[in-house]
Amino acid sequence: MILETLERVLSGNGLITAFMFVGALVWVSYLISGKLTGGRVHGSAIAIGLGLVLAWWGGQATGGSRGLSDVPLFAGVGVMGGAMFRDFAIVATAFGADVRALKGAGTVGALSIVIGVLLSFVIGAVVAVSFGYTDPIAVTTIGAGAATYIVGPVTGTALGASSEIIALSVAAGLTKSVLVMIGTPFVASRIGLNNPHSALIYGGLMGTTSGVAGGLAATDPKLVPYGAMTATFYTGAGCLLAPSILYFVVDMLI
Amino acid sequence: MVIYGVALLSFCMLVGVFVGDLLGEVMGVQANVGGVGIAMLLLLVLSNLGSREAALSPITEKGIGFWSAMYIPIVVAMAARQNVFSALSGGWMAIVAGVAAVTASFAMIPLLARLGRGGQDDS
Repeated sequence: MILETLERVLSGNGLITAFMFVGALVWVSYLISGKLTGGRVHGSAIAIGLGLVLAWWGGQATGGSRGLSDVPLFAGVGVMGGAMFRDFAIVATAFGADVRALKGAGTVGALSIVIGVLLSFVIGAVVAVSFGYTDPIAVTTIGAGAATYIVGPVTGTALGASSEIIALSVAAGLTKSVLVMIGTPFVASRIGLNNPHSALIYGGLMGTTSGVAGGLAATDPKLVPYGAMTATFYTGAGCLLAPSILYFVVDMLI
Repeated sequence: MVIYGVALLSFCMLVGVFVGDLLGEVMGVQANVGGVGIAMLLLLVLSNLGSREAALSPITEKGIGFWSAMYIPIVVAMAARQNVFSALSGGWMAIVAGVAAVTASFAMIPLLARLGRGGQDDS
């Protein structure tokens, strides 16, 4: 009876449960960061890593597509970590950002977005070809998925790709997003990601909003507004380029 | 009042997402184009508008600061709801494509950063 009531209370107040749960997760992560790594691995990086592990577990246990939040008890995590709150918090980080650095985003930001989309697309397409795909629609869709997991399905749907190919493109985009979250803090110092200028470029090149949000949170939260500023234009640029110009080019080459 | 800050933040986000969706429609793209970026610029403009009289009061700022501080926990929740299982079970091709794209993009950052700096020095 006690357990049933507890479960009803926790799942009936999903978002509040999520606040408590994430708070505990962050606390444990900072404890691990301090005690086990001597502060070398940032607490938020560990928290994001643990979140991803839990997401993997949730997906495996429920067969759903929203990680841990498909477990009824943790449904609130899905609300808290959904696009609505994510974007709300990202916008809030802009408060107090350096206006001059953001205004300087113009040219270099636009350039990095275009290069970022092209680079990921070409690499995704080359990988698809090297794995034996020859249909231009499939190659374009997988290339688009290597940009972000939204560009992939949008492109695939526009071109009429099969659902397996679309699923593959989403998997490629998800891999990218997860890897950006985990990898950024480890490569940050080597690639000079420590100032607003390089954060702008980073956002434009990576493009995955979730990846950039997670990667910068684990590296230096002060850089978030700059990376998010350029990343927010990336998916739109990808959805514009991939099913049109990029598809024509792929179609011509294959 | 705290709610003024939260309301201002909400206003900026809604306007940004609205404009971003409209931009997407105009461009014929099924996606939001720059909504969050537009919202951030709007927040910066609106919060810097006021000279002395219209400046945000410290308590109003708290309404924005709270959500800014909630950023990391929200990102942790975001990580926990990713479809990691499907990313890892998508087969080798999806993993290779994702890893290669990220590696190349990381490598590109220092090159572009240098380029941007060079441009600024010239002007």
